[in-house]
Amino acid sequence: MEEEQKFSDICGGRLALQRRYYSPSCREFCLSCPRLSLRSLTAVTCTVWLAAYGLFTLCENSMILSAAIFITLLGLLGYLHFVKIDQETLLIIDSLGIQMTSSYASGKETTTFIEMGKVKDVVINEAIYMKVIYYLCILLKDPMEPHEISQVVPVFQSSKPRLDCLIEVYRSCQEILAHEKGTSTSP
Amino acid sequence: MVLKAFFPTCCASADSGLLVGRWVPEQSSAVVLAVVHFPFIPIQVKELLAQVRQASRVGVAVLGTWCHCQQEPEESLGHFLEGLGAVFPHDPWLQLCRERGSQFWSCKATHRQVPAAPGAASEDQVMLIFYDQRKVLLSQLHPPAALPDHQAGDASASTGGLAAIFDTVARSELLFRSDRFDEGPVRLSHWQSEGVEASILVELAKRASGPVCLLLACLLSLVSAASACRVFKLWPLSFLGSKLSTCEQLRLRLEQLTLIFSTQKATGPTELMRKANMLVSVLLDVALGLVLLSWLHRKNRLGQLADALVPVADVAEELQHLLQWLMGAPAGLKMNRALDQVLGRFFLYHIHLWISYIHLMSPFIEHILWHVGLSACLGLTVALSILSDIIALLTFHIYCFYVYGARLYCLKVYGLSSLWRLFRGKKWNVLRQRVDSCSYDLDQLFIGTLLFTILVFLLPTTALYYLVFTLLRLLVVAVQGLIRLLVDMVNSLPLYSLGLRLCRPYRLAAGVKFRVLEHQAGRPLRLLMQINPLPYSRVVHTYRLPSCGCRPRHSWGSLCRKLFLGELIYPWRQREDKQD
Repeated sequence: MEEEQKFSDICGGRLALQRRYYSPSCREFCLSCPRLSLRSLTAVTCTVWLAAYGLFTLCENSMILSAAIFITLLGLLGYLHFVKIDQETLLIIDSLGIQMTSSYASGKETTTFIEMGKVKDVVINEAIYMKVIYYLCILLKDPMEPHEISQVVPVFQSSKPRLDCLIEVYRSCQEILAHEKGTSTSP
Repeated sequence: MVLKAFFPTCCASADSGLLVGRWVPEQSSAVVLAVVHFPFIPIQVKELLAQVRQASRVGVAVLGTWCHCQQEPEESLGHFLEGLGAVFPHDPWLQLCRERGSQFWSCKATHRQVPAAPGAASEDQVMLIFYDQRKVLLSQLHPPAALPDHQAGDASASTGGLAAIFDTVARSELLFRSDRFDEGPVRLSHWQSEGVEASILVELAKRASGPVCLLLACLLSLVSAASACRVFKLWPLSFLGSKLSTCEQLRLRLEQLTLIFSTQKATGPTELMRKANMLVSVLLDVALGLVLLSWLHRKNRLGQLADALVPVADVAEELQHLLQWLMGAPAGLKMNRALDQVLGRFFLYHIHLWISYIHLMSPFIEHILWHVGLSACLGLTVALSILSDIIALLTFHIYCFYVYGARLYCLKVYGLSSLWRLFRGKKWNVLRQRVDSCSYDLDQLFIGTLLFTILVFLLPTTALYYLVFTLLRLLVVAVQGLIRLLVDMVNSLPLYSLGLRLCRPYRLAAGVKFRVLEHQAGRPLRLLMQINPLPYSRVVHTYRLPSCGCRPRHSWGSLCRKLFLGELIYPWRQREDKQD
C-alpha cells in the first residue's frame, strides 16, 4: 500500500513523504528533498568564473582560467557525490530492526542498520537553534544498563521536515514498536 | 515475535527436500544452511548432522521441509511432509513452499508444544530473509567501535543478533564440504554443491609456503642474531644506531619480516590481515625502491647529482654571506660592534673548516652515492631514511651553530632574569623553590646593576644570531619531518585491506542492509539481506600497522615557550633517550 503526501521542511522547501505499508510488521517512509536549484548553481559558477577572469586580467596567465573551470567541475561533482542528498528512507521491520538510507544526487547510497535489540524507543526531540526545531531520533540502549540510553541517533537530518510530517512517521513507528514489545519473548 | 527464516539464495531453485540449519530461539530465527534432497534414509541424515554438530559445535538440526514443485502441492504430499515432522522432531516445524517459475512463496511454521491451548497446533507469521551464503561465509563482521569501559567480558552480548547468523554460517564449513559429485549417502544443496571452490595457485602456494617460510625464518634469525651481538652495544655504535633513522627503519623491517615468515600459523583473522598488510607493504616498498634505482641509473643522473651536491654542500657559502650581513647592520639594526665581530668570526671559522672538509670528501662523493643508491633495493623507505640522515649530516654545522646560539641566548636570559630579581631586591630561594625578598650589600647591588645593564645592551645581538640560526634549524627539521611523514605513511598504510575493500567489499562488513522484495498481500514478507561494507576511513583506522611511533612530543605552546627561553628542542625523541 503506497501513499504520498506533501510537506515542507524547516526552511520552507517542498518535501514529499512516501509511505509504503508492506505488512503489519514492515513499513517504509521515504522523504524526497528539494532538488538542486538551477539559480544557485548558476550564481556560484558565475561568481567563480568572474573572480578567475579578474585574476587573469591581473596576471595574464591563462592557466587561471583552466584552473577555474577544473575547480568548478570538481566542486560540482564532489557536491553531488558527497553533500547533496536526494532522498532519505526509514525502513522499520518488526523484530529485525530499523534501517536508514540516504541516497545522494550522484546515485550513491549509504545505509545504516540498527538491530531491534538495541533500540529503546523512537521519539521526537526539541532543539533550540535560533528558533525551536523538532527532529525525530532513535534512542539506543546501553548493553550494560538496560534502563540507560547510550546514544541518540537523529533521523532525516538532511531533509529536516516539520512537526506535522514527523508526527505521521512517529505514529507509525510507535505502532510497530508497540506491536513488537507486545509479542517480544526476550526480557 | 515474527519468525524469521534466513534462506540462502542458492537453494531457492533446489529440488524439494528437508531444510537443515540452526534455530536461534532468542531471536526466533531459523538459519537454513542446506537442503537435503529425496530420497534419503533418516538414520543417515541424523548421523551426518551429529557429525557436523560435533565437529563445528553448531546446533545443526532438521528445521522443516522445502517444497519446490510444478503447482500447488496436493493433499497427500502435504500430509507426507507433515509426517516427516514426526521423524525429525523440531519445534517449530517450518514448511516452505514455492511454485516453479513463480516469485511468491508460502510459509508455515507450526508449534507442537503450546502449553496454553491444548490440542490444536498454533501457527506463527513467517518472514523470509534471503542471504548470499558464500558472501556471508567469507565476510568478517566489524561491530561499531566498543566504548572503552566495555571489556572482553561482554563478548557474549555482542554475539547476539546478526553476529550469530554470520557466526553460524562461518562455523558450518564442514556441511559445505560435499558437492553433488560425491558418492555420499545424503545429497545436499548449498553454495558449493555445484563443485567445491578451489584455486590451483592457492593450493600450490600453500604447499610451497611451508619450506619457504622455514628457510627464510632461519635466515632472518641469523641476521637478527648478528645484529644483536655485543659489538653493536658499545658506545659509539649504539649512539649512532639510536640517532640514525636508517637503523630504526631497518630494525622495523627486520621485525616485520620475522613476523611474516614465522612458522606459526596466524591465530585469527586480525593476525592474518596484519601479516598480509605487512607483506604487501614490504613488496610495494621494494618495488618503489627498484623504480627509484632504475630512474637514478638512467642518463647518469647519479653523476649529475654528485656534481650538483658539492656546490650545494657549499651552502656554507650562503652562510658566509649571511654572517657578513649580520656583522654589518642587518635590516638597519645597530649591533654591538665588538660582540658582533667575535661571534661572526667564530662562526666563520667553523664554516671555513666545514668547507675544507667537504672539498676533501668531494672525489669520493660519487662512489658513496652509488653505494647508497644500492640501498634502494631494500626499499624506498630505507632510501628516504638515508636521505634524511644525509641531510642531517650535511647540515650538521647548522645544528652546531644553533646549539651555540641557543646556549648563549639561554645563559643570557637566565642571567637577565636573575639580575632583574636583584634589581628589585628579590632572590630565588632554592630550598623553598620560590622568589623571596633579600637585602643585598651595596657592592653586590652595584656589580649586579652593572652586569644587568651590559647584558641588556648585548641582548639584541645575541637574540638576532639566535633567531637566525633557530630559523635555519627549524627549516632543516621541517624537511626531515616531511621525509619522516612519508616513510611513516608507507610503513603503516594497510594496503592489502584497502585493496580487499576495493575488490571484494563483502569481506569486510560493517553491518548488513535489507531490501524489501516484491510483495503480494497475503504472502509472507520477503527481504534480501546484503552486506554493508566497511567505509575506507574505518578500514585504515582498524588495520593500521604500528610504525615507529615517534610523534612530536611538544605541543605548539610548549614549543614556543622553549624557543623563547632558549632551551634546546629535540623534535623526535627516540625511545631510549633520557638526557635533555
